[in-house]
Amino acid sequence: MRHHISFYVGDTLHHLSDLPPELTLLDWLRDQQGRTGTKEGCNEGDCGACTVLVGRLEQGQLVWRAVNACIHLMWMLDGAQLLTVEDIRGPDGALHPVQQAMVDEHGSQCGFCTPGFVMSMVALSTRANLAELEGTLDGERVINEALAGNLCRCTGYAPIVRAMKKAALYCARNGEPIGARTAEITARLRQLHDGQTVELTSREGRVTLPASANALATAYAADPAAVLVAGGTDVGLWVTKRLRRLPHIIAVRSAQDLHQCGLRPDGALWIGAAVTYSEAMPLLVAHLPAAEDTLRRIGSTQVRNAATVCGNIGNASPIGDGPPIFMAAGAELHLRCAQERRVVPLEDFFLDYGKQDIRPGEFIEGVLVPPLAQGSVCGVYKVSKRFDQDISAVMGAFVLRMGADGTIQDARLAYGGMAGIPRRASGAEAAMRGQPATQATLYAAQAAVKEDFTPLSDMRASAWYRTTVAANLLARLFEPLMPGSPPAAQTLQNWQEVAHG
Amino acid sequence: MVEQTTVLQQTEAQPKSPAGAASSSLRHESAHLHVAGDARYVDDVPLPQGAVHVALGLSSRAHARITHMGLDAVRAYPGVVCVLTAQDIPGHNQVSPVGAGDEPLLAEDTVFFCGQPLFAVVAQTRHAARHAAVLAQVEYEDLPAILNIEQARAQGSPLVCRSLEMTRGDAPHALAQAPHRLAGQLAVGGQEHFYLEGQAALAWPGEDGEIRICSSTQHPTETQHMVAHILGRPNNLVTVEVRRMGGGFGGKETQANIAACLAALAAERTGKPAKLRMDRDDDMLVTGKRHDFVIDYDVGFNAQGHVLGVDMQLAARCGWSADLSGPVTDRAMFHADNAYYYPDVRLRSIPLRTNTQSNTAFRGFGGPQGAAAAERIMEEIAFATGLDPLDVRLRNVYGTTDRNVTPYHMTVEDSIAGEIMTQLAADCDYRKRREQIRVFNRTSPHLRRGIALTPVKFGISFTATHFNQAGALVHVYTDGSVQVNHGGTEMGQGLHTKMVQIAMREFGLSKERVRITATTTGKVPNTSATAASSGADLNGMAVLAAVRTIKDRLVAFAADKWHVAPEQIRFTADGVVVGAEVIPFATLVNAAYMARISLSSTGFYKTPKISWDGATGRGRPFYYFAYGAACAEVLVDLLTGENRIERVDILHDAGQSLNPDIDIGQIEGGFVQGAGWLTMEELFWDTAGRLRTHAPSTYKIPACSDRPRIFNVKLLENAPNREETIFRSKAVGEPPFVHGLAVLHAISDALASLNDYRTCPGLNAPATPEQILRVAERLRQQGGETNAQVHA
Repeated sequence: MRHHISFYVGDTLHHLSDLPPELTLLDWLRDQQGRTGTKEGCNEGDCGACTVLVGRLEQGQLVWRAVNACIHLMWMLDGAQLLTVEDIRGPDGALHPVQQAMVDEHGSQCGFCTPGFVMSMVALSTRANLAELEGTLDGERVINEALAGNLCRCTGYAPIVRAMKKAALYCARNGEPIGARTAEITARLRQLHDGQTVELTSREGRVTLPASANALATAYAADPAAVLVAGGTDVGLWVTKRLRRLPHIIAVRSAQDLHQCGLRPDGALWIGAAVTYSEAMPLLVAHLPAAEDTLRRIGSTQVRNAATVCGNIGNASPIGDGPPIFMAAGAELHLRCAQERRVVPLEDFFLDYGKQDIRPGEFIEGVLVPPLAQGSVCGVYKVSKRFDQDISAVMGAFVLRMGADGTIQDARLAYGGMAGIPRRASGAEAAMRGQPATQATLYAAQAAVKEDFTPLSDMRASAWYRTTVAANLLARLFEPLMPGSPPAAQTLQNWQEVAHG
Repeated sequence: MVEQTTVLQQTEAQPKSPAGAASSSLRHESAHLHVAGDARYVDDVPLPQGAVHVALGLSSRAHARITHMGLDAVRAYPGVVCVLTAQDIPGHNQVSPVGAGDEPLLAEDTVFFCGQPLFAVVAQTRHAARHAAVLAQVEYEDLPAILNIEQARAQGSPLVCRSLEMTRGDAPHALAQAPHRLAGQLAVGGQEHFYLEGQAALAWPGEDGEIRICSSTQHPTETQHMVAHILGRPNNLVTVEVRRMGGGFGGKETQANIAACLAALAAERTGKPAKLRMDRDDDMLVTGKRHDFVIDYDVGFNAQGHVLGVDMQLAARCGWSADLSGPVTDRAMFHADNAYYYPDVRLRSIPLRTNTQSNTAFRGFGGPQGAAAAERIMEEIAFATGLDPLDVRLRNVYGTTDRNVTPYHMTVEDSIAGEIMTQLAADCDYRKRREQIRVFNRTSPHLRRGIALTPVKFGISFTATHFNQAGALVHVYTDGSVQVNHGGTEMGQGLHTKMVQIAMREFGLSKERVRITATTTGKVPNTSATAASSGADLNGMAVLAAVRTIKDRLVAFAADKWHVAPEQIRFTADGVVVGAEVIPFATLVNAAYMARISLSSTGFYKTPKISWDGATGRGRPFYYFAYGAACAEVLVDLLTGENRIERVDILHDAGQSLNPDIDIGQIEGGFVQGAGWLTMEELFWDTAGRLRTHAPSTYKIPACSDRPRIFNVKLLENAPNREETIFRSKAVGEPPFVHGLAVLHAISDALASLNDYRTCPGLNAPATPEQILRVAERLRQQGGETNAQVHA
């Protein structure tokens, strides 16, 4: 058992023991370290002005992830290498290529969002070889995705994108300076990993960072009143906005064996409780290709870098985007309390708004997503006011199992934003089951889905809009199934490709 | 690394001839600091010993009498130093910027909107102050609340300030005689500024009642006056300083006073330095936004699409106090013609008082809302006559020798909107693309494309004539380095960069030799807000005046010392040419110092030619107009109402640009902000008057992927300002915001395909996916009726 956390900021090794559980990385940087380059814009992980880079070993490889410091709790840094905007200049003070390109391309106006943009751009330049994607739609998509979590109110983004492309070309030719330090940083991070459970205590409370699932199970069973925190992208707001006190936090991501993510022999995808969306992304996209666009629009890059797939399920938000996808795919949740384990179909886990089938001391160990049946038709549609980094007004995830004769043998139609919990549309499913994919079946299902839900009206959308769109998304699902139709539904993203075959 | 990064650098124009320096694309003077995290904002200033922090306690009711303010738990919270209420204000509890007397800093016995500051907690940490603030037990007796324009009109809510009327000719007669006539209504939403740096101020108490304030304000002089007023002290005890803001957009013109006054009050009460930096949610709940409008229009026209008469009423939700609603609603009327000539016209503003945040300045200052009405009228006429909307626009655009008088009786002397539209339409292939889009839409069931080309004509000057003045202070030091100071503030728009360029050009110096310093009321007093796009126009001329005063002294000195005629002395990048000799600037300066020549000067400027009489609705409120046009193409998903901007082309008039790259940055950024206002940005109050979109999680400004997929922005070439502005440039802050209207009209064009382009979709703003889907449903179901009713 260790009683402190250890991490690097720049080249300085820090050991901290007396740490309020709710202290955020941003407050620590600005108030205690005088590192004011990292800005507070919203204090809820939406604007990206506080973006910093966290380097960790993932499967032994150093990976840099951009995260929002405002909702990153300080204890999460155990074993990490942190870089803030103050750390990315060369030893001689020369600007990083991203910084220089931002200067040259007039990428800053008021400059307040700029450090956050710079850090997201550096993160991208450490991973993607954008130079190869130059001039392609994919190149644009990769940049949009990397910057979706950074808001700028002055520039309209065009000069920032120009700077990103310019910096990428430069890094492709000359190397990226942070990447050049990989061996050195990898070596020193290895030394920080001792496989121990950490217990931090302070006047304000305590934090347990269990080293394994067993240790987590024991700690949680001993104190079911503790708050489990994985990525903290939800709990962070309890702290910064609702001003909640969290006297005992039990970490999830410190448990090494909860980081497992991979295909089982039967083809089902296992995602452990500690796996972030970003880590799971390649496997998830391969597993559920139709969900790719939506998966890439969950939160933002910074949010997906911290947020776990299971946390997105566990917090049971009625508007979470993950649950409808996994529900449509027929996922099951693996729960554990002390040494006792049980498996629950995902749709049975959500009971009512704010109420889940979970007992005191019980936690999610992982989610198992079965493979789609051969010949399945799958459509996943996220509808929000803004394309990127917005909460869905309506989220629809649909899987149809088609018979050889073209009839719909089974339909799993899961919606978010339509009720107090993510839920399947049982009436619409019944209207499709056993029917051919015709206009008549579509109309029947559309009529039924309007009866399946009584959604709320709020600032995101009215009940009318939600109901109308819920029905219209079924039309989108059916579009390629109708005779004489293009092979894919036309959307705002793919319309040119579909039109031109 | 140094060597490597030079590969990246563009060839920044470092012209040998100083004449080029003021029109080159010098990078932002703080860019190298921005990218490194070294640019300091208010919240980054290291705190002095013993500093205290302030947090706000806010009203949870829209309109109520406070029957009990229970603050014991707040005071008892660990770390709390004191709690300040209206009773603690030693001077006057009033911050109305126009002297309306309707805006207490802290609520007295009544609250007028949900989010109104009731008290301020002063504590040793910001954390403690925030935690304590939520512990208040406030009891209210609710009063009837009026929340929006509809309720205010239905219930006869009083106006928040006087209504303005502009008339020219006889609009009722022209309407009655017109061969065609349409009446309709346009609703345009408000907008949150969402400056990335929230409201913040840091106040230091000094000796003998002095107080110094670091504020994120666009209007240091007004902030100084308000603090003095609140504290009951003369202005000369208060100094307000601004190095830079993390965005302003009008939201820190008057709204910055709240944070500054409360930080000053806390400093005064505790004797310690005090900081107030609002949490984002508090910021959005407390401060005012862009005014939303409902505009009723009645227009007469002929079969050729010419407007014959216009009658318009512009009703605005102003919020609980007057703030700047008078001039904002005035400017909506000044731009209710956008770029079009109305032969007979009557316009009237209706500034309505409501129990919501007090709406305030926001880039465009009411102008974009007025212009939106003009563009709706053009669109209505196009659908009614079957003409291409662009042709209707071109037929109604202001003339150069006739058809060139505005509704406020100002003659438009430099009308180029028509030329710009024509050139842009040709450059971006508008007509061909419009046909292609119509063909596409015939066979596309769910996705529709739309295109629109709209102009802007934006009046430049404060309509309050006395604000059109500026001061500067320039020091030359004996080593030949220069310090420039002026009354404008830097909020990202590149004002300081342009001011540095003016001094560089005049003195023949490199940028390293010219230093801009923080704006402070201690150096340049009695300034105007950095607003109305006027920053470079006004302060640039003041800087020029100060520099030229010093140059004149140096020339006189050099002419005398070296026995050459003054005309033979020139300031160049190689040094000061004195007859046949070239003398380094520093040498000349040092020699002048030794001869006891003053090397420091103020500069002053006031805009010529302008006048305005609000009582008669007549005058020349604007020195000149800035012009431009935008063409937008969009794609709309009729199943969900989602949309995206496929392509935008903009041709914009910045006169002889002071810095083309910075100006293009203003145009790109202004456009995206304008498009955001008209599409995804939606303010939502619930029925109790609580703003539910008070954070970026619920209020969505455009993100990176929302920028146009193809985005071509050009400055109009060879178009120096016809008026004698600073190096013949034109103001560029606000006008490009109006280009966002092209997006609204392109979406409308896409929707019109549902009815085979027979009826005007009557699309209101913001055109959120829901709004778009509603219009689509209406067009499908009603099959041809429009929002406007044809009167015969």
